[in-house]
Amino acid sequence: MIDTQSRNLALWNWVVAFAAFLVACFLGFYQVVERSGLFDFLESPPAYFASVSTHGVLMAYVLTTFFIMGFGYLTATSSLKRPLWQPGLAWSGFFITLIGTVLAAIPLLAGKASVLYTFYPPIQASALFYIGAALLVVGSWFWCAIMVVMAAQWRRENPGKGMPLAMYATVANALLWLWTSAGVAMEVVFQLIPWALGWNDTLDPGLARTLFAWTLHPIVYFWLIPAYIALYCFVPKEAGGYLFSEEMAKFAFLGLLVFSLPIGFHHLYMDPEQGAGWKLWHGIGTFLVTVPTLVTGFTVLASLEIAGRLGGGRGLFGWIGTLPWRNPVVLAAILALLMLILGGFGGIVNASYALNAMIHNTAWVPGHFHLIFAGTTVILYFAIAYHLWPKITGKKLVSNTLALIQLWTWFVGMTLLSTPWHVLGLLGQPRRISGVTYNSLLTLAWQPYELFMIMGGAVLLGSAVLFGVILWKTWRNTEIETVPEIAYAEPIHPPESLPAWAESLKTWNLAILGLMLLSFGWPIAQFFFLKTFESLPWGY
Amino acid sequence: MHIDPLEKKWLYIALGMVALFLGSIFISLAVGIKPPSNVETIDSARLHLSKEFAEDNLGVHIQPDGRITVIMVAGRYGFFPRHITIPADTPITFRWASVDVLHGVHMPMTNMSTMVVPGYVAEVTTTFPKPGDYPMLCNEYCGLGHDYMWSKVTVVARQTWEKQHSKGGES
Ligand SMILES: [Cu+2]
Repeated sequence: MIDTQSRNLALWNWVVAFAAFLVACFLGFYQVVERSGLFDFLESPPAYFASVSTHGVLMAYVLTTFFIMGFGYLTATSSLKRPLWQPGLAWSGFFITLIGTVLAAIPLLAGKASVLYTFYPPIQASALFYIGAALLVVGSWFWCAIMVVMAAQWRRENPGKGMPLAMYATVANALLWLWTSAGVAMEVVFQLIPWALGWNDTLDPGLARTLFAWTLHPIVYFWLIPAYIALYCFVPKEAGGYLFSEEMAKFAFLGLLVFSLPIGFHHLYMDPEQGAGWKLWHGIGTFLVTVPTLVTGFTVLASLEIAGRLGGGRGLFGWIGTLPWRNPVVLAAILALLMLILGGFGGIVNASYALNAMIHNTAWVPGHFHLIFAGTTVILYFAIAYHLWPKITGKKLVSNTLALIQLWTWFVGMTLLSTPWHVLGLLGQPRRISGVTYNSLLTLAWQPYELFMIMGGAVLLGSAVLFGVILWKTWRNTEIETVPEIAYAEPIHPPESLPAWAESLKTWNLAILGLMLLSFGWPIAQFFFLKTFESLPWGY
Repeated sequence: MHIDPLEKKWLYIALGMVALFLGSIFISLAVGIKPPSNVETIDSARLHLSKEFAEDNLGVHIQPDGRITVIMVAGRYGFFPRHITIPADTPITFRWASVDVLHGVHMPMTNMSTMVVPGYVAEVTTTFPKPGDYPMLCNEYCGLGHDYMWSKVTVVARQTWEKQHSKGGES
C-alpha cells in the first residue's frame, strides 16, 4: 500500500533530485574538458571553481537528500503498511529543503560561493550560501523525525515483532543523518553564518575542519544505505530468488549506523590540529566499518547465486549466466558491486595510516569517491528509480532496453573517468585544480590520461540525459503500470527474533553517544583549552 | 537468531582481513611511519614577528645536532622560499605555517605531504631516496590562483650537498 501522499512526496522529491543531477552532469562534463588544458579558450579558474562547487553541492547534498527523502516515504508506508504520519510536516520539510537549495544555488551560480562543496574556511562565501546549506539540512530533519516516529509507532503496536528490513534500514539511516549532520550544522550555525554576516571577525579553521570531519564520512553511508536497501530488499526478488539472511542484513545496517559515526578523522590524517593517537583511533574504526560492507557483499552475492541456481545455473560459475541480466535492478546491482569492490579497495588505501600520504588530496581521491558515489550509489539510485517511478507515476516504464543501455553506458563512462584519475593520483596530480599549469617534467606524464577522462565524461553525460528522457517519457506514457505495489524480497529462512538491543532505538543512540564522546570529546574540547589564534576571512 | 555456517565462515574471513589491515598499520607505526600530527598553534597574522617564521629565517637549516630542518611559509600563491636544495637519503623535518588560508603541500612521487592550516604549525619528517628536481605543489584549493601555486625542490646526493654546505654552513 502506497498512499497518495507518499506517492506525491516521492514524485516531487525525486523531480528535484534528478533535475539537480542532470544540471550537475553538464557541469561535470565541462570540468573534465576545461581541466584537460586542451582547449585554451575554455580556460577560466573563476568559471571552473564555480562549476566544481555547484557540481559538488548538487550531487552530494541535493540529489542525495531529496532522493533519500522521497525513497524513505515510500519504504515507510509500504513496508509498515500504514499511512504517512503527518504529511503536512513532510511537505514543510520538502519546501524548506527546496528553499535552502535555491538560496545556495544563487550565489553558487553567480560565482559568489566558489568554496567547493567542503566550504573550508577561512576562504569566505556569500552568507546566502551558508544559510541555504543550513536550511537544506534543517528541512531534511523533518524527514528524519517522521521516519523515527513512524518506526516507534509501529513498534508500540507490534510488540515483540521484528521490524520489516526496509524500514529497519531506513530508520537507521534517519538516525545516522541526525547524528552526523549535527557536526556540519554546528560549524555552519555557530561559525560560518555569524562570520559571513560580519557578527564575528574571525573563526578557528582547525575547529571548523574537525566539525566538518564529523559529518564528512558518515554522510557517505547516509547516501549509501538506500543503495544497500535496494540490494537487500529488491535485488533478490527481482533476480528470482530469496534474501540469504535477514538477521545478518539487520546487523549490517546496525553496524553501519553505530560504527560509521566516529571515524571522520581519516579525512584529517594530513592535518596539524589533531594528534596522532586520535587519528589512529578513528583509523581503526574506519577499518571496522568495512565489516558490514563485506557482509553486504556476501549476502547479496549469495542471494544472487540462489536466484541463478533456481534459474537453472549449474557449476561453480554457471549461475551467473542464468541471472536475469535484462532486469535493470539486477543489472544495476551487478555493476554496482563491481564498482564497490574497486572503490572499496581505493578506500582502504585512503584510510590507511601510512599509505594516505602518497595520495592525500591527489586525483586518486575523486577517482575513489566517484567509484563509490557515482558508481555504486548512483547506479542503484537509477535502479530504484526504474523500479519505483512506474509505481509512483502509475505509468509503465517506457522501455526496458533503453534502461539497460543507460546503465551500461553509465558503467563504461564511470570506468573511463575514474581509472585515469587513480593513475593521475599516483603520479601526483592534485585534485581541485582547474588546469595543468606546472612547468615540470614530472607533470608531462599526466597529459594522455586527460583524454580518457574527457571520453568518460562525454559517455556519462549521454547516459545521464538518457536517464532523464526515460523518466520523462515514462511519466508521459499512456500505458498504465499494472503492478502498483512495492514487493520486498523474502528471506530463505523465516526471520527469527533478534536480541532486544538490536531492535531498540534507545540502545542504538546510547551506543553512538558513548562512541562519539570517546572519539570527538577531547578533539573538540581542546580548541577551548589550547591557545588558538583565529583567522580573518579571505576572498578568492 | 540464525547465522548460516557459510556466513559465519565469511565473517571470520572479513574480520581476518580487517586484522591484517590493522596489523599493517601497527607495523608501520613501529617503524615510525605516522601522519604529521604535531599539535602546535601559531598566530598566522603575526608570522613576520615570530622568530621562527620571520622572513630572514626561512629556508634550510642545519641544527647543532646535525639534523636538517626546513622552515617554510605557505601563502597565496607560493611556498616560500620558492626554491630549496636538500640532500638525499637524509631525514628532513619540514615546518610550515600559512599566512592566509588553507593550503596543502605535496611533492609528487614522494610521501612528503601535509595540510597547512592557518593558526597551526604543520610538521612532517621524511627522507628522499632519489635525487632530482621536484615540484612542490599546493593540493588544497586556496583561491583562484591555486593552480599556479607551486615551488621547486632540488634533491642532490648527500656528498654533493655536504660539499656545498661545508663552507657556508647554512643555505
Ligand atoms: Cu595554496
